[in-house]
Amino acid sequence: MKKIITLFFAVMTLVLSGLSLAADTVASSVAPTVASAVAPTVASAVPTTSAVVAAVPAVAAAPAEVPLNWNAIVMFLIFVGVTLGITYWAATRTKTATDFYAAGRGVTGLQNGMAIAGDYMSAASFLGIAALVYFNGFYGLIFSVGWLVGWPIILFLVAERLRNLGKYTYADVVSFRLQQGPIRVMAAISSLIVVIWYLIGQAVGAGQLLHTLVPQVSYVQSIIVVGALIITYVTFGGMKATTWVQIIKACLLLGGATLMALGVMSHEGFSFEKLFSDAVALHPKHLDIMKSVVPIGAKLNPVESISLGLTLMFGTAGLPHILMRFFTVTDAKAARKSVLYGTCFIGFFYILTFIIGFGAIVLVANNPAYVADINKSILVLKGGGSMPAVYLSHALGGDFFLGFIAAVAFATILAVVSGLTLAGASALSHDIYASVIKKGQASEKQEVWVSKMCVIGLGVVAVLLGIAFEKQNVAYIVALTFSIAACTNFPILVLSIFWRGLTTRGAVMGGYTGIIGSIGLLVIGPTVWTKVLGMGPAIFPYDFPTFVVLPTVLIVAYVASVTDKSASGQKERDAYDAQLIRAETGLGAEAAAVH
Amino acid sequence: MSLLIASKIQSNPKYLQLVKQRDTLSWTLSAIVCIMYFGFILLIAFAPDVITQPLPNSVIPQGMLLGVGVILASAMLTGVYVYRANGTFDPIVQEIVQEASK
Repeated sequence: MKKIITLFFAVMTLVLSGLSLAADTVASSVAPTVASAVAPTVASAVPTTSAVVAAVPAVAAAPAEVPLNWNAIVMFLIFVGVTLGITYWAATRTKTATDFYAAGRGVTGLQNGMAIAGDYMSAASFLGIAALVYFNGFYGLIFSVGWLVGWPIILFLVAERLRNLGKYTYADVVSFRLQQGPIRVMAAISSLIVVIWYLIGQAVGAGQLLHTLVPQVSYVQSIIVVGALIITYVTFGGMKATTWVQIIKACLLLGGATLMALGVMSHEGFSFEKLFSDAVALHPKHLDIMKSVVPIGAKLNPVESISLGLTLMFGTAGLPHILMRFFTVTDAKAARKSVLYGTCFIGFFYILTFIIGFGAIVLVANNPAYVADINKSILVLKGGGSMPAVYLSHALGGDFFLGFIAAVAFATILAVVSGLTLAGASALSHDIYASVIKKGQASEKQEVWVSKMCVIGLGVVAVLLGIAFEKQNVAYIVALTFSIAACTNFPILVLSIFWRGLTTRGAVMGGYTGIIGSIGLLVIGPTVWTKVLGMGPAIFPYDFPTFVVLPTVLIVAYVASVTDKSASGQKERDAYDAQLIRAETGLGAEAAAVH
Repeated sequence: MSLLIASKIQSNPKYLQLVKQRDTLSWTLSAIVCIMYFGFILLIAFAPDVITQPLPNSVIPQGMLLGVGVILASAMLTGVYVYRANGTFDPIVQEIVQEASK
């Protein structure tokens, strides 16, 4: 124990010295660096079809002499101090593997509901949806709705059953009656692809955001600070620290977004009619922003709209870091309640982002303080496409509120990245190391040690990839991660829970069809083939492949299962009854730890 | 879980009833959410004129109310499920477990 504490302080000192190093650079920089990133947008790292990217113009901002944003730095340091304190507290209470992966299964429904909201509401959806609305109006609502409707599905179909059947990862549930090796390898591959690409998106977003807000801190320094902090949170505090970081972040983000929306509404005399008609009057596209069912300027494309809809809904229900949260609660009842709370928080938040986006049209567009070059466009802002919400906070509450929202956005990224890192590490340590390599013979201590090493490894990988992808077009990341989650994790999980006939062969063949199908079609699709690789017109003309891949996965899993005449396949079907009893009654489910 | 308890549970009509009831509720509510949401998405895909039709004397399109409605209805349906599960299913599960461990 003592060793852990000493080590903890060592790393904490390291993090703090990293921060003061950044501060030193700040003080000594005479000519602050210019925000020169070509596409510094969190929005482009996120909910975008290629057309949106075109519609969210990014601009190389050139703030000549930017004063140091002390409000943001002080508030961010307070957040870091509090979360490190919590990590220390959690570290002294993290002894077993269950503590590390699942916070001792002692999280209550309300706490988990907050943590779910904190895990899910990324800076991408906060800044990204606001930016989509700011540039395209109505179109942003499709993302708000699509990212919410996955939640009821999670509740009705998987949440309680996941808690009753699983231990630490969703692969526990899929491999409950199927063969451990092949299932866990497949599930770990799909989890890791989702986690690593999601991490890249978040890291690039964090670097660009911090660098834009505090230009004295370079992009690389920002990413290193993020990496050091999440490695500290997760290796020492495990799921307990991660959960509380997410809870605090959810409170901050909901509070900040509520204040912004209230500020907008009070400016508009608490009349939605006035808000929307003012926005229509001020936006250069006028009434078109109320008619944008696709990004403004893009062609109507029914198939793409449907595929986007499928991806958003079922992708949510297949994200490994989200599914993992259900193992932290005391029982099935708490799992169920936590989705209700989570859905309410997230739904409320998405409605707020919509108001914030329209508020930005009224208060930020056409304001010379924020617009890059008012003679060219009254929409395009300094610092890039993800800035509307950030500038709106300045328009409403000056430097102080801007500092607060900037710190909140950064806290948001830390919370999401912590959850992702832990999910990735548990796929490696619990599924691959303990279950496949050691065939279940690893001691708890070994498993947790491996997991912590994986956290450090993933943290370092995220930092390196974040730096490598600085100038890359990362617009396909959301399509990639959500497509794999929607086409692999979600259908295989639901089949394993509800369909007696699923065998190992069906699950594995279906799973790999999902992984290979989504990646393959994305690579030959417009975003990667045309925009990233520059290979000319796309072979597969849609950004979101889910409408093809998801049905194919279901068919492959079905056919491969029913044609499976092996004895082991029959045993797996027979084992369904025992699985069903445990899923329904919770008999034999992992109990909450008591210390 | 012992085989004895498992066979007791499986032959308990209350258990079969529970599985049937819960599955019905789960899949019915899922279907309602999907119909609402994909209804909204299909209108966007195939009838954008209907979606963007403004409300009388207003710039607000009908689709905006629909979208917010889908969000609110989704949250309400999660409430319905939690209410039913807490009130109806949990007591039955308890009974089944008690009867099986006698």
